[in-house]
Amino acid sequence: MRSIVVCVKAVPDPEEINKIKIDPVTKTLTRHDIPLVVNSLDRNALEAALVVKENQEAHITILSMGPPTAGNVVRECLALGADQGILLSDPAFAGADAFATAFTLSKAIEKIEQVDSVFCGRASSDGATEWVGPELATFLGMPVVTMVRNFDKTAGNSWRVKADIEDGIRVVEVELPAVFTITHEVNTPRTLSFSGIIKSRKKEITTWGLNDLNVPEDQLGLKGSPTIVSSLKVSEGKRSCEIIQGTQEEKADILINKLAAAGVLR
Amino acid sequence: MNINVGPVWVIAEQIEGVIPPVCLELLGKATALGKELGVPAEVVLLGGVSGEQTEQLFQAGADVLYQVNFPGFDKFHTDISSKIISGLADEVKPQIILIGSTFLGRELAPLIAASLKTGLTAHCIDLVLTEDRILEQWIPAYGGLIAITCPEKRPQIATVARGVFPAPAFDPNNTGQLIQVDQPEDIVSRVKTLEIIKADPEGVPLEEALTVVAGGAGAGSQEGWKQIENLAETLNAALGSTRPAVDEGWIELETMIGQSGKMVHPDLYVGVGLSGEQQHMVGIAGAKVMVAINNDPKSPVFQQVDLGIVEDCREFIPILIKKLQEKLSKPSPD
Ligand SMILES: Cc1cc2nc3c(=O)[nH]c(=O)nc-3n(C[C@H](O)[C@H](O)[C@H](O)COP(=O)(O)OP(=O)(O)OC[C@H]3O[C@@H](n4cnc5c(N)ncnc54)[C@H](O)[C@@H]3O)c2cc1C
Ligand SMILES: Nc1ncnc2c1ncn2[C@@H]1O[C@H](COP(=O)(O)O)[C@@H](O)[C@H]1O
Repeated sequence: MRSIVVCVKAVPDPEEINKIKIDPVTKTLTRHDIPLVVNSLDRNALEAALVVKENQEAHITILSMGPPTAGNVVRECLALGADQGILLSDPAFAGADAFATAFTLSKAIEKIEQVDSVFCGRASSDGATEWVGPELATFLGMPVVTMVRNFDKTAGNSWRVKADIEDGIRVVEVELPAVFTITHEVNTPRTLSFSGIIKSRKKEITTWGLNDLNVPEDQLGLKGSPTIVSSLKVSEGKRSCEIIQGTQEEKADILINKLAAAGVLR
Repeated sequence: MNINVGPVWVIAEQIEGVIPPVCLELLGKATALGKELGVPAEVVLLGGVSGEQTEQLFQAGADVLYQVNFPGFDKFHTDISSKIISGLADEVKPQIILIGSTFLGRELAPLIAASLKTGLTAHCIDLVLTEDRILEQWIPAYGGLIAITCPEKRPQIATVARGVFPAPAFDPNNTGQLIQVDQPEDIVSRVKTLEIIKADPEGVPLEEALTVVAGGAGAGSQEGWKQIENLAETLNAALGSTRPAVDEGWIELETMIGQSGKMVHPDLYVGVGLSGEQQHMVGIAGAKVMVAINNDPKSPVFQQVDLGIVEDCREFIPILIKKLQEKLSKPSPD
């Protein structure tokens, strides 16, 4: 049976994330309790795994590193059809950059037996580095294909996928085990069903902490992160804006005249 | 051991035999950083290009050019390229590696960083050396800007999009050394490119467009988006987008402007139904005139443009298009 790990990040709700701002006086971040949700592209990653499972026997594990409240996000993925959830949660994991995140996830994946593929989103909505998938692949010694937009063939141990490149698509073949990072073109994720929610109650979420991973603490979290945020600054609005007044028609006329006068209409 | 002694590297690729502009821009920056640090600027070039182009790299300031090119080498084999580059970096010990945010660069950079066990900053919009000769890598965040540094590990690696730095100056008197990188013994790539299907790029690339219309979440629907598309067509503009518009599936990711997307330098920028978040706005540099159309008079976008229209875009755009057509005497795009 195939074992697929889907890496799912619990991210602050993108609708509310812009509430976090740099305080111009203290140069620190304003605090807000923003609810955590499933990172949007990770829904596509999970859906891709569920589609594989429709055609062959597969076991889907959700792996998420985050605070204990990320448990709800893992639970939602189980209700969508994943089989098992692992939450990596420990104060020692906190403050991780992409490198330390990928390293920690890789240590957990090594603990899960016989993984033949790992699905990640192309990017997270808050970090948006796109690094976690490829870095994870390096730590696991697996090849990676980024920007996957279609799974052409998922039978056997050599998969064929389509991935985005500049003005085009490349068709690639990769030997499993491998890591894939997934774009939203891949599929339209399913939505929660009542029966899915009921079924998920019987599914298990395991929490692993520092002691479960058997890794020195200084390789995890903030301490294990090569990069740090060294300073913050507020960016000032650089232009002074003239709000054009009038009826809709007048506004359009005034705007067009101003653009023509500035020589920018072509 | 002093960690701030190695050269500054740029990873250069070629797309159908041509080095993409971002690699040359980064070489310009690497040369400047190299001067400041008193170290050479060096290029690792993946694949073969014409002699003219290698000459161009030297004229743009490369002191050393490592060329990776052997029979069967395919630049999209990041599996192999990352091993070669990491191996070379282990020997030469660059203190900084700059990589263009191309599709290849975005896959290659994290593979190199993880192999070298060092930090990597995504899509920087500025690179500045501190007094301690550490590279500050600036990115937009939380309505402002934050500097990321990699204080202890080397190399310091950053990806940068096209258009963040200017094209380099070419000095015909500059010369450098060309070093062919040996073909590695085990060159099996676990990922095989079977085929590359090219789509014809439509119209002027965003990065080169003189007029850009960008649409955001305020479009509200695919129909609303279509109007913004029509406005772009009427204005002879390239069409750009914000992240929510891409997430909604109204438009391809390739049109996204901003920190994790494209950098544009138009004469005229028109932002429709977007809030002017930093991650988007950093993608627009040096526009002569900036216009925003937004139905919320308090939207922060109005602090960042020259002309503001407070209107529902779905009502206003059709009127604007009609008036523009009269002015520019153009037929309707539909
Ligand atoms: C690490 C990171 C990287 C990112 N990179 C990018 C990037 O490269 N590019 C990018 O764009 N974003 C990026 N983002 C996302 C960015 O932070 C913002 O969320 C995004 O730019 C907001 O898009 P928007 O303005 O379209 O949407 P919103 O912020 O939701 O704004 C919509 C605007 O439309 C207006 N509006 C609503 N209805 C109408 C109407 N009928 N008529 C007129 N106006 C209307 C509203 O008043 C509002 O101002 C990134 C985020 C992160 C965390
Ligand atoms: N804390 C995390 N837990 C689980 N998966 C993660 C985590 N952070 C990132 N990922 C995965 O890596 C992808 C890319 O994230 P990023 O590199 O932050 O853009 C996400 O879509 C997830 O699949």
